[in-house]
Amino acid sequence: MNALGATLFSPLAGIFLLAFIGHRRWAKTVNLLICTATFVTALLLAIEVFQQGPILSVNKLFYIDGFNVYLILLNAFVGMTTAIFSGPYMDHEIAIGRVDDRRMRLYYSMYQGFLFTMLMALSTNNLGILWVSIEGATLATVLLVSLYRTHESIEAGWKYFIICGVGISQALFGTILVYFAAVRIIPISEEGLLWTVLQQHAGQMDAGVLSLAFVFLLVGYGTKVGLVPLHNWLPDAHSEGPTPMSAILSGLLLNIALYAVVRFKMLVDPALGSHLAGNMMMGFGMLSFSVAGLLLHRQYDVKRMFSYSSIEHMGLMTFAFGIGGPLATFGALLHMIVHSLTKSAIFITVGHATHVAGTQKMSNIRGLIRTQPFVGWGLLIGTCAIAGFPPFGVFTSEFLLFTATIKSYPWLAPPLVLGLAVAFAGLFRNLQPMVFGEPPVGQEAVVANMWPVFVHLTLVLWLGIAIPTVLAQWLNQATIMLVGKGVL
Amino acid sequence: MTGFLWAIAQTFCVVLAAPLMAGWVKWLKCRLQNRKGPPPWQPYRDLLRLSRKHVVLADTASPIFRMAPYIVFSVTILAVSTVPVITVQLPVAALADVIALVGFLALGRFFLSLAGMDVGTAFGGMGSSREVTIASLAEPALLMAFFTLAMNVSSTNLSTVICQLAQRDITLYPSLIFSSMGLILVAIAETGRIPIDNPATHLELTMIHEAIILEYSGRHLALMEWAAMLKLTLFSLLIVNVIVPWGVALTLVPGDLALAALIVTGKLLVWGMILAVSETIQAKMRLFRAPQYLGLAFILSLLGMMSHIILEV
Amino acid sequence: MLIASLSLPEQVVLTLAALILLSSFLLLAQVRLDSLINTFALQGLLIFFATVLMAFIAGKYHLLISAALTLFLKVFFIPGQLRLLIIRLNIRREVEVIGNPSLIMLFAAALVLFSYYVALPIRELSLLSTRNTIAISLAVVLIGMLIVISRRKAVAQVVGFMSMENGLFFAAVVSTYGMPMVVELGIAFDVLVAVILFGVFFFHIRAEIGSLDTDRLNHLTEVEK
Repeated sequence: MNALGATLFSPLAGIFLLAFIGHRRWAKTVNLLICTATFVTALLLAIEVFQQGPILSVNKLFYIDGFNVYLILLNAFVGMTTAIFSGPYMDHEIAIGRVDDRRMRLYYSMYQGFLFTMLMALSTNNLGILWVSIEGATLATVLLVSLYRTHESIEAGWKYFIICGVGISQALFGTILVYFAAVRIIPISEEGLLWTVLQQHAGQMDAGVLSLAFVFLLVGYGTKVGLVPLHNWLPDAHSEGPTPMSAILSGLLLNIALYAVVRFKMLVDPALGSHLAGNMMMGFGMLSFSVAGLLLHRQYDVKRMFSYSSIEHMGLMTFAFGIGGPLATFGALLHMIVHSLTKSAIFITVGHATHVAGTQKMSNIRGLIRTQPFVGWGLLIGTCAIAGFPPFGVFTSEFLLFTATIKSYPWLAPPLVLGLAVAFAGLFRNLQPMVFGEPPVGQEAVVANMWPVFVHLTLVLWLGIAIPTVLAQWLNQATIMLVGKGVL
Repeated sequence: MTGFLWAIAQTFCVVLAAPLMAGWVKWLKCRLQNRKGPPPWQPYRDLLRLSRKHVVLADTASPIFRMAPYIVFSVTILAVSTVPVITVQLPVAALADVIALVGFLALGRFFLSLAGMDVGTAFGGMGSSREVTIASLAEPALLMAFFTLAMNVSSTNLSTVICQLAQRDITLYPSLIFSSMGLILVAIAETGRIPIDNPATHLELTMIHEAIILEYSGRHLALMEWAAMLKLTLFSLLIVNVIVPWGVALTLVPGDLALAALIVTGKLLVWGMILAVSETIQAKMRLFRAPQYLGLAFILSLLGMMSHIILEV
Repeated sequence: MLIASLSLPEQVVLTLAALILLSSFLLLAQVRLDSLINTFALQGLLIFFATVLMAFIAGKYHLLISAALTLFLKVFFIPGQLRLLIIRLNIRREVEVIGNPSLIMLFAAALVLFSYYVALPIRELSLLSTRNTIAISLAVVLIGMLIVISRRKAVAQVVGFMSMENGLFFAAVVSTYGMPMVVELGIAFDVLVAVILFGVFFFHIRAEIGSLDTDRLNHLTEVEK
């Protein structure tokens, strides 16, 4: 239990600490230390959960089970590696004069704030607090998106704020409806939003109210997941903010919004006794997957392109959770990890690449592999991994959910393959000249720390070849919670 | 048979009292603006004076122009006869249908607009077009307000509406509050009062009703003016008897009727005061903002109906 | 449930609900920024009264805390903050042109009907006398969304956004006597932070494009310019 407290406390303390010292030269080290502390405590928490099973805090405010523990660990890990990357990246931004001292304080403080709200969202047992935390994550990141104060970044920030704010309000309405359904059958109304309590009574709640609630929840949190047609904010926010932000937005925030949707689906399914929620998720997922795959072809900005790739993968996961069944669910859970690791690695590499080329326009990024081989190779391998090449983990998870699709909905298998092929083509037509093309005269290497990329991609490779037992156990546990039976 | 006599007497009284209502509002308004003002019975003198004067007709005037004052006046009287004034127990109650009432008003307005355009002067046509514009916006709102009332008591008969509302326990009906507000806004627009039209001026840019009757003179003008006063009284009666239905006699006992007559007169006087105060404290709005004003009236009436459906049943 | 069978305080709550809906319509139609903010404060006040009444009707006195929060946030703090901002940005008397207002009004009316049909299956379940107001609160949320969509001025969009929050709070009050306290506090905190951030954004937008017209934030497109 103390590990959980520490996991939450360290970023919380970080918010205030870095708000004061964020502009110092050594702030990046402090930031990294705090993130490392968070990761270590998260690791301790994971061990605790592994040994003792699900933990419910005394005041019933926090609940850690197989589903969220691995996401907490992932969060803390990506937060830490991105902090490693963020150091030299932000130094470069200071050097070229894009940010000043005040904004650096804001940046570091809100970096921790963002991690805190996400950890809070994951660990809380109260579905209302889940909403509060996800809204909090928007509030923490909105000023980071507009950090550079250019016309574009302010536009992106405003769009992000308004669209996500309006979207997530729908989710609150859904939450109110769930609470409304719950207080009718749960004697203590104060406990009407506690996940542990709701789960026990899931089957008794009124089907009509819950199906309505789920529509609102899917639309609300779906906005945050970036599901088409509610995705407009996502490419803008990713492309205009600082790259470390894009890495954690893409790698973590989207996952957590999806986590919220899935948590609610677990409540709705037993009450409805039908596949309604799943069908809605499949529809939204398939739409996002296909539209994003096609839009990949039209991009000119490298960060925009990869954010569309994020939409595509989030769509794929939503689709997989929608199918239900142990295999698809297990695949989706695994995909959450591998996508998050790969995508943050790609954004880190892209961050360095844009510094090398001095622009985010793909037509001006050329010959990375000659100017700075590590960055070039990193981008190439990362993109191979995200496109689903074996033996990377993305291939494994995509293969799992492809198998599940063939089993449950064979007629959806061809569009799925087609969509993957389209996305693959979209990525590689742009990637090839960026990596192999002729470098412009005077293009020079920059200070880059490629260790996070290396670690992430190695992990993805490892997950593609063999999933560690601990993780497999957790994923299996989560699968059992979600669909009633596991794969192992 | 006595019922019909009562009905005729009632209508007759209202027709006779109409100039007094207009004069009362005008007098109060003058007092509120620190002016002495004409006495409340001044409109009677005006009507008398006009009726003695010669009628001057334009060369281009057609028979419609000459017929219009009589038609408008008689149609307005018909409309007045449908509104329960002091009692709901009259044989004409069967006639007192809100849709018929709106129809009578529309008929009167039709001839009024025709008359405005008949002579072919610029002002007449302008006035007619404005009158019709405002009417086309006001009528849906008026109907919507009436429908809300009708849904509330399951009848479009005004007598039934008033009878039922008067007999109910005191209950707060959101729908009635909204439709009353809508009704008041429409009434102000329909009777050509501030802030839509100003009956006291002949300013070419703003006038509506005055522009239509600009070409009339003598007894024709008297009838037109009288019809306008009647319309004011008619809407005032509607407002006071529908929004505050208490006091309307539910039987035909003479004692009750006398009391009801007193109460209705009192209510009308109070309404006249409210009207005078509201006209004193606000200015006339630009003609182009009239659609917004009537849009508000429509939305209020619509919200009344929706709150009836959503909240009350 | 017929309204005549309810007690007078409950009837007052229903009337307040109807007035709250009216205030949403007024927000939609207001073109001047200062009257827009005043109308928003009025909506907050109506919700405050409704909440206080609900607290006494049901004897759930924890609702009084929520009511006090609403009074502070939605009636004083947020409108005050917005007023201060428009004075400092010198846009107090700015008038916004709303494209096709009557169409938007009709659309809002359609949204009310939509909410009614959506909430129809729910109202049968509620044990509360005010269950019918769920449709009203949903309508307030949706009309708030319509305000955000139809307006161009950033301040008006924020008012729309906050009016959505009003609708959500009202929904919680009338359907379940409010959310658990810890959630209420969390939401209030989020709203508070959001308002402050919106204020910061106003200055950034103004500094960048010289006005608060969000239509001019149109540089980001899917294709290269």
